Amino acid sequence: MPFGNTHNNFKLNYSVEDEFPDLTKHNNHMAKVLTKEMYAKLRDKQTPTGFTVDDVIQTGVDNPGHPFIMTVGCVAGDEESYEVFKDLLDPVISDRHGGYKATDKHKTDLNFENLKGGDDLDPNYVLSSRVRTGRSIKGYALPPHNSRGERRAVEKLSVEALNSLDGEFKGKYYPLMSMTDAEQEQLIADHFLFDKPVSPLLLGAGMARDWPDARGIWHNENKTFLVWVNEEDHLRVISMQKGGNMKEVFKRFCVGLQRIEEIFKKHNHGFMWNEHLGFILTCPSNLGTGLRGGVHVKLTKLSTHAKFEEILNRLRLQKRGTGGVDTASVGGVFDISNADRIGSSEVDQVQCVVDGVKLMVEMEKKLEKGESIDSMIPAQK
Amino acid sequence: MPFGNTHNQLKMNYIAEQEYPDLSQHNNHMAKVLTLEMYANLRDKQTPSGFTVDDVIQTGVDNPGHPFIMTVGCVAGDEETYEVFKDLLDPIIEDRHGGYKPTDKHKTDLNPDNLQGGDDLDPNYVLSSRVRTGRSIRGFCLPPHCSRGERRAIEGLSVEALGALDGDLKGKYYALKDMTEEEQQQLIDDHFLFDKPVSPLLLASGMARDWPDGRGIWHNDNKTFLVWVNEEDHLRVISMQKGGNMKEVFTRFCTGLTKIEELFKEKGHEFMWNEHLGYVLTCPSNLGTGLRGGVHVKLPNLSKHEKFGEILKRLRLQKRGTGGVDTAAVGGIFDISNADRLGFSEVELVQMVVDGVKLLVEMEKRLEAGQSINDLMPEQK
Repeated sequence: MPFGNTHNNFKLNYSVEDEFPDLTKHNNHMAKVLTKEMYAKLRDKQTPTGFTVDDVIQTGVDNPGHPFIMTVGCVAGDEESYEVFKDLLDPVISDRHGGYKATDKHKTDLNFENLKGGDDLDPNYVLSSRVRTGRSIKGYALPPHNSRGERRAVEKLSVEALNSLDGEFKGKYYPLMSMTDAEQEQLIADHFLFDKPVSPLLLGAGMARDWPDARGIWHNENKTFLVWVNEEDHLRVISMQKGGNMKEVFKRFCVGLQRIEEIFKKHNHGFMWNEHLGFILTCPSNLGTGLRGGVHVKLTKLSTHAKFEEILNRLRLQKRGTGGVDTASVGGVFDISNADRIGSSEVDQVQCVVDGVKLMVEMEKKLEKGESIDSMIPAQK
Repeated sequence: MPFGNTHNQLKMNYIAEQEYPDLSQHNNHMAKVLTLEMYANLRDKQTPSGFTVDDVIQTGVDNPGHPFIMTVGCVAGDEETYEVFKDLLDPIIEDRHGGYKPTDKHKTDLNPDNLQGGDDLDPNYVLSSRVRTGRSIRGFCLPPHCSRGERRAIEGLSVEALGALDGDLKGKYYALKDMTEEEQQQLIDDHFLFDKPVSPLLLASGMARDWPDGRGIWHNDNKTFLVWVNEEDHLRVISMQKGGNMKEVFTRFCTGLTKIEELFKEKGHEFMWNEHLGYVLTCPSNLGTGLRGGVHVKLPNLSKHEKFGEILKRLRLQKRGTGGVDTAAVGGIFDISNADRLGFSEVELVQMVVDGVKLLVEMEKRLEAGQSINDLMPEQK
């Protein structure tokens, strides 16, 4: 977490060697990239809001990582972090996002009409469909660094914007701080409730400070469009429903997002975005679209096939258990979603999911009949 | 934890009302004392090392407390914190330390010859004796706020000082970072090993940053004198042994501490101390002597007596389970120690333990024999 030490006026009295973190046991993107020379260069800088390189890296220093999972190990405290600390963050981004270069441009496409198909995934296999992303509001520091006043202002603006939505988007806001027991029960039953983070990766970045002040959940009456306020990002936006109509889910996602953005723009607080990084979020892993679109799908046979991983890889998809990241699948049901975030648009990424899942369901059906799927193995996308 | 937010440059754009924490669900000393007016006065101040009031209070904001346990809810980041934020800390100190006023003077007495008796507590009842305190090294920030460079300097200085001890105090340092498996197992068996704090109270104040960098355990060959480096305080010093010879434990404690202090002075470093607060430590609850002297003692009969709580109170003692703070007693064995820290000297506090435990054991023997203890009831000390 960006701690007071990161703003310790004495630390510059110590040499770079004395202050450089011990990263010998570490396995995260930050530890792979941060050299002593780089640290020496960056250590006396700060963003206009006062975020320092020690703030950026604290979570990665405190969480050496896992031998098999490559965590990012750094966070942004504001929009300018990605500029002031580009010497560190550009290589981290490149490493994390498949070689995305400092000069690359990212394309945003939230026009749902550009998605082909996606309305006919077989509901006997595809149990549910979901698309999520995050948004940051320009002019405010991000969750690792924002003050209580800023966080409350973000909440207030968000609630105003969300409450002005109508039609299928008409809904209600539930602040964590004043939730009744009955409301809490209902939100848990709907699988909507989020709680204070317990992951040391998140806690180590400071985003849980002052919990639950100014945190809350908004959802529409139909329970198909949900917004988390001030959790890991200013906003997390989720569109979801049972069954395989990803087209409908994505349409609602795009329309809702654009309506929200218009309202924020009217208040002179658009979303953080630039043509290189796309949408700016707290974690460098969520840059670009910040989008994870996926389904819960039954792939009992395919998941035990020798080429399952290879197929996912080629389709640019990843698997997770139905509890989300780092959980195991249950009953052959997998969460299948896009692996990429930056360098391809929202439409591109959801298209990968739609096309890829369609293919995998066909493969599953073939395997059920005892037939081979060799002729169906896709080329690398 | 003192987070980047506490050094967020934008927060001063928000008025005090917008930044003032919501303490309505809170029950800790900080929440009882911190008014909006006080926060408004203090919010733009910082100590020379850059510690702010938001740094001081973050742990208390993040940990509302417990309805039955009164936590402190704030920490110091350096020696000057107690001066710059006296408007907040003086009332907290007064509330926590039995009415200790800002004008009161604290007496230090580390002369073991001034302790009367204490060498004859009945070992059939008193299983072990222990005295601990903390020390901070002047010129360095405290664990919530120190940089890696400062922490390593403290470790370096401490290891040098401890390495110069000889005779009964000759020993060895085990850095947490480089510990071998055998060393670790031995330290666990000796009940010496400390690990990364898990308490959210501690984590939220930032003292676990960069773990285990700069942390370690030193103990003498006899395993009766132990020093923790860079855990909750710069140094935690512990003297302990089996049986009831508290005089010997206290003598070693005083001798060891005095020698360590001399060694630090030889290198141009003193302990943080002033005549109002005594020894300055991270948590306001440990000011004064920072001393907790106690025994593990068998009191199965007395502990069930209806006046047990009252007796302890009058003797200015407190009970804990044998696992330490917040644990339950096992097999009628209690950890009995001094309740006070500030406003009494080290000798006075250990005297209370010695005299009090002697009386408690007498009472236990009476009750074992089926006799009354009414004539033994002490006055309020």
